[in-house]
Amino acid sequence: MTRQTLTQKILAAHAGRDHVAMGEIVMCKVDLAMANDVTAPAAIAAFDKMGTGTVWDRSKVALVASHFAPAKDIASAGMLTAMRRFAAEQDVEHFFDVGRGGIEHILLPEEALALPGKLIIGADSHSCTYGALGCFSTGVGSTDLAAVWALGEIWLRVPESMQIVYRGRPGPWVVGKDLILHVIARIGDDGARYMAMEHTGPALAHVSMESRLTLTNMAIEAGAKSGIIEPDDVTLDYVAARQADTGRYASFDVMKADPGADYARVVDVDVSALEPMVAKPSLPSRAVPVSQVERRRVDQVFIGSCTNARIEDLRMAAHVLGDHSLAPHVRLMVIPATQRVWRQANAEGLLDRFAAAGATVSTPTCGACLGGHMGVLGPGEVCMSTSNRNYVGRMGHPTAEVYLANPAVAMATAVAGEIVHPSEVRAETLQEPVLV
Amino acid sequence: MSEHASRGRAWCYGDNVDTDVIIPARYLTTSDPAELGPHALEDLDPSFSGSVEPGDVVVAGANFGCGSSREHAPLALKGAGVSAVVAESFARIFFRNAINTGLSVASCPEAVAATDAGDVLEVDPARGLVRNVTKGLTFAADPLPPFVLDIVAAGGLVGWVRQRTGAA
Repeated sequence: MTRQTLTQKILAAHAGRDHVAMGEIVMCKVDLAMANDVTAPAAIAAFDKMGTGTVWDRSKVALVASHFAPAKDIASAGMLTAMRRFAAEQDVEHFFDVGRGGIEHILLPEEALALPGKLIIGADSHSCTYGALGCFSTGVGSTDLAAVWALGEIWLRVPESMQIVYRGRPGPWVVGKDLILHVIARIGDDGARYMAMEHTGPALAHVSMESRLTLTNMAIEAGAKSGIIEPDDVTLDYVAARQADTGRYASFDVMKADPGADYARVVDVDVSALEPMVAKPSLPSRAVPVSQVERRRVDQVFIGSCTNARIEDLRMAAHVLGDHSLAPHVRLMVIPATQRVWRQANAEGLLDRFAAAGATVSTPTCGACLGGHMGVLGPGEVCMSTSNRNYVGRMGHPTAEVYLANPAVAMATAVAGEIVHPSEVRAETLQEPVLV
Repeated sequence: MSEHASRGRAWCYGDNVDTDVIIPARYLTTSDPAELGPHALEDLDPSFSGSVEPGDVVVAGANFGCGSSREHAPLALKGAGVSAVVAESFARIFFRNAINTGLSVASCPEAVAATDAGDVLEVDPARGLVRNVTKGLTFAADPLPPFVLDIVAAGGLVGWVRQRTGAA
């Protein structure tokens, strides 16, 4: 029997096979199909034309109000209404409306819906995030998602895998965001195109589940089909905690890559040598160590998105903020990812600390990250963001410029008013696990 | 060239043309190609939507359509009248979305290298051919897998699903 990567084994299991070969096209059964308020309306229109009438399994469909939620205008209210109506008509089991959910890629792991060994298809490019739990997960468009609703399965080309091996121990202020920005800078914006990025290596033992979710979240920024991490104790502890908290005890399969499986490329990363990274406009691959970035004056700082808006991210940002005030010319937007993160941050006093310093603290939404609402950039403005994309026009006007970094760099930049290393604002670093 | 071949003038762009510049999020409150079309590529090339003609072909470098999964990207190009995209390579979600919605796509670095803006191109994805009519050159594109050609032949994924479920 040919030795298989973790991704091959999960795809084989969902294709009813013992083995699948890289490059072949297989039909796979889907365990969870997710859409949001931007992608669901087009999926509903396509689904209606497909003629099956009902979704294949109401317990495997998730719909999340996240992008233009709460509704930013009348047109987006109509999109949310269309999704609500479909959720009711199809009796969709996992519908998360405004105030009951948040950003899907942080929400579904929290809700114990993303689990090891599963096959998850999401109508959103950052659906690769769930792979941090040891599942196969990828993003598709609306019509593909509609076909999953109709058939319960999807065609997939079995991807080659790129193995990224992390060694050493992350230094001060270095988190998952810095690891993945470093990797994207090395391999390029399409360096893993059509591949599965499998993150592994001894350093991952020192990387929290939240940081791992950031690692897999940005697989798409290297062109990858998916990102994946083999389940270990960190994974299983996280899953146990999420299942206990939600009462959602679905079974799952812990799968591992075969020793000696075939990898298209192996990338070795010494995390001890890394410092916090900053991606310069207008590609994620333009990431360099923060010490090599000019001290650019910024107009806005955004701490949010499916990449970095978990409780750990907010604790890190609050720690850097300390008793500082924001630079007078800086607008800081803090957008916790989910209702659960918002409440936790509130209980810990973080939201008040941000607000007292002059930040705008919002209800959960993807809005600002994609230039939708809540902090759209004007002509020529400069933004430091904890999100995942700094493309031209991504966060607003095409002449606005976006830098990407981790929450510590983002908050340090908000305090200094220009791009700086966190140690310039806060001498003491956080110990692991991250605590304020 | 088969009867399904696209034909039009080439619009040439570089690498990493992402779906945010193909259709910015500010227009995502509709998925109607007719509404999206006038805004296609406006943040990359403000002259595009005013001058593009039905049948025209977008020619680009590597990783075309990277980023967001928005199906509005191929729909916007279709709404603008674009009949095909010829690129050195495609980002995978855009590629699937284009096949699913019936926008012709061809990976053909040689054709990209040989094409100047305004050249007339013919693109025949079923036969895997890209012809530069202006220069009298014909190129073989990366062949589409038979499975994907079935979806193309069905006019997109909706037709393919209807065939599969017997609804067609």
